[in-house]
Amino acid sequence: MSTGTGPLQGLRVLELAGEWCAFAGKLLGELGADVVLVEPRAGSPLRRHEPFAGDEPGVERSLWWWHYQSSKRGVALDLDDAGDAEQWRRLFGAVDVVVEGEAPGQLAALGLDHPTVRAGRPELIWVSITPFGRDNPRADEPATDLTLLAGGGPVWSCGYDDHTIAPVRGGGNQALHIAGLHAVAATLVAVLHQRAGGPGQHIDVSMHAAANVTTEAATYHWLVARETVQRQTGRHASHRPTQSLGAFDRDGRPVNTGFPPTQPAGFQAVLDWLQEAGLLEDFPDAVFLRLGIERGGVHLADIASDVEAQAIFGAARDALLLLASRLTGYEFFVGGQRRGLAVGVINAPEEVMEDPHFQATGFPTPVVYEDRGAPVLHAGSGLGFERTPWRISRRAPHLGEHDEEVLGRPFPGG
Amino acid sequence: MGALSGTRVCDFTGQLAGAGATRLLAAFGAQVIRVEDPVREGRWDILRGMEPFADERRSVDLGGAFNNHNVEKLGVTINLRTERGRELLEELVRISDVVAENFAAGVLAKMGFPYERLCELRPDVIYVSNCGFGQRGPYREFKTWGPIVQACCGLTFTSGLPDLPPAGWGYSYMDHQGGNFMAIAILAALIHRQATGEGQWVDMSCTAAGASLLGPAVLDYTVNGRPARREGMPNSNRSQSPAMAPHGIYPALGDDEWVAIACRNDGDWAAAGAVFGEPWAGEPRFADLAGRLRHEDELDAHLAAWTHPRDKFTTAEALRSAGVPASAVQRPEERVEHDPGTSDWGLWPEVEHTAIGRVRVDGLPVHLSETDWQMARGAPCLGEHNDYVFGELLGMPRDEIASLREEGVL
Repeated sequence: MSTGTGPLQGLRVLELAGEWCAFAGKLLGELGADVVLVEPRAGSPLRRHEPFAGDEPGVERSLWWWHYQSSKRGVALDLDDAGDAEQWRRLFGAVDVVVEGEAPGQLAALGLDHPTVRAGRPELIWVSITPFGRDNPRADEPATDLTLLAGGGPVWSCGYDDHTIAPVRGGGNQALHIAGLHAVAATLVAVLHQRAGGPGQHIDVSMHAAANVTTEAATYHWLVARETVQRQTGRHASHRPTQSLGAFDRDGRPVNTGFPPTQPAGFQAVLDWLQEAGLLEDFPDAVFLRLGIERGGVHLADIASDVEAQAIFGAARDALLLLASRLTGYEFFVGGQRRGLAVGVINAPEEVMEDPHFQATGFPTPVVYEDRGAPVLHAGSGLGFERTPWRISRRAPHLGEHDEEVLGRPFPGG
Repeated sequence: MGALSGTRVCDFTGQLAGAGATRLLAAFGAQVIRVEDPVREGRWDILRGMEPFADERRSVDLGGAFNNHNVEKLGVTINLRTERGRELLEELVRISDVVAENFAAGVLAKMGFPYERLCELRPDVIYVSNCGFGQRGPYREFKTWGPIVQACCGLTFTSGLPDLPPAGWGYSYMDHQGGNFMAIAILAALIHRQATGEGQWVDMSCTAAGASLLGPAVLDYTVNGRPARREGMPNSNRSQSPAMAPHGIYPALGDDEWVAIACRNDGDWAAAGAVFGEPWAGEPRFADLAGRLRHEDELDAHLAAWTHPRDKFTTAEALRSAGVPASAVQRPEERVEHDPGTSDWGLWPEVEHTAIGRVRVDGLPVHLSETDWQMARGAPCLGEHNDYVFGELLGMPRDEIASLREEGVL
């Protein structure tokens, strides 16, 4: 049974608008926290991030802003103005959590940093999300999503078999998300502790450290065995090369064939699928699939030494390649999955929004913008809280939109 | 005493997408009890017994990835095919705050433990399931692993260079992020329970979680009608949101050496130009962002020619000293062994594993001033904590544990 409010209802958060902390603030807001976003009176520079609605730049038109600042209220304060700084002090006197990603020294110079304010607010939780953490020899280095993912490990593992082609930064500003999720998890740990009678605390988040522990095998192969993984086209980077499947659908688009089956049920599923698709006669190696069923499957460990196991495994792989080449990527995905084969379709973000499963489960999330005829569909969430639903509570704030509501009368109950 | 030391988790997670969630809780002091199948030696988690290995020995207890993902957890074995085994699990659920799993949808229910049953055993239980497409909707039966999640959610497509197939991520990025989302789900549900006394089920979909990480591209489609699948895209070494140029990964001196450079604005470009010290850096057509974007291919060719004969670390340092974001593309050895950004952070703690010995693992990228994380104990060997959990926690006499072990229940 749903109560209609998020699990963090009642948690009061103050966020200083910044690129590094925007995602963390958004997630706290979507989980029910009351998040107030503070930006300069002239507007945050983030309002100039592309793309723009209708491709027209404007302080209220950045789609980056629309996405990352939804579920927050917004006020405009110039912290280097004495009166505004006083407002800021009043605000954080009424909140549970402060989230910021300011450049080193910026808040200290204004006397508004955590070491300065903590004495008067020992219960406050203060979260800093910065490229190298507040307490690190590299803290002053400039960084972006690209340089963080390049220095932090993910880029090394991503790209193509041909190493004369540059390695690749995964898309979507993921350095913000990696650090943001760790920041939110740590914040919730601190909230649980504080509400159980413990003190508040400072949470120092390093985006560089976050990227470094988000590389799967690249790090632990080095830590455990001093092995170095190498990037490969469309598959996991590995310390020893793995075979390229190079699977394409009938339109020449790559598809994900998953890992070919090794068990009798999987071989039978592939045979049935070939039969239904009318391809059995085009595939003489079907005999090996039948052999695989008779043998009771193959063990991966045997493939190197057992010629028959090799042929069986190879036939399963080739059958999937053939099926993919005769179907659309989507038909291949659904056809395989309905037969219990873990295969995938390579969707672009817009194809996710149009996909029947994502639509049936309510992933496209309507958000009301008063000046637009219809609600705008935002990306939804994977977090299906049964009682306390995730939700986008409001569109991103206009500049100074909640000045009167928030500054005149700080948080309800605050 | 960690911040979560009063919290107990009955843990069915595996791989990284699930195990990563409970690992984080364990690092903050939660008592996480992994429940594994003695018949299959816990191999539902395919990483048990898989490489990398620290030495020549091989067994289900020696997998390096499994150790990395399961530090600070306890491990028990229960054969859930037996009635006595199911009774033991019932007792464990009664004393657990959280039940966590990342089986395919419906598997735990088929084992006899649907959410309703968990609630009968523990009315305020928090049950968090994490599967590829969630437990409802047309694809609920579909099976996934990291690369399929990433393919279906848009993350594979959006990572690559023009005129080439998608590069994807080169690893299971969404196993990491799925684990992080799952940890947040558990923690947020604990906060709600702390406030109200209510438990709940959180039905997590890992592909939806992945798709939620591409928000601006989604809005470019729903607001502007501009699909990401279009000519010249993806081109993820460049920056479309926000727009920057130059912004790329350029060749450096040596074999497969690269340096990343990003000019956020005209000021960065002017500062970088002073470092390059070449006539092209002062050309008017590159002076503002619009011009640099218009001539981005030529701009990148100039940068590549400049960076190619130079050491990646030297180039990056020179640019950073001028205030311009730049970084070597670091190899694992470089960022683990020679980078104060990780070593001064204490990012690679050494744990003591009962069978492997001392081995380094991934730490956490956060430090909490009052209740920081700790990783000292390695992952559990199969059934390593049966005596403690069944004896100390559930009060079972030692001889009964021994006979259950002989009967194949444990």
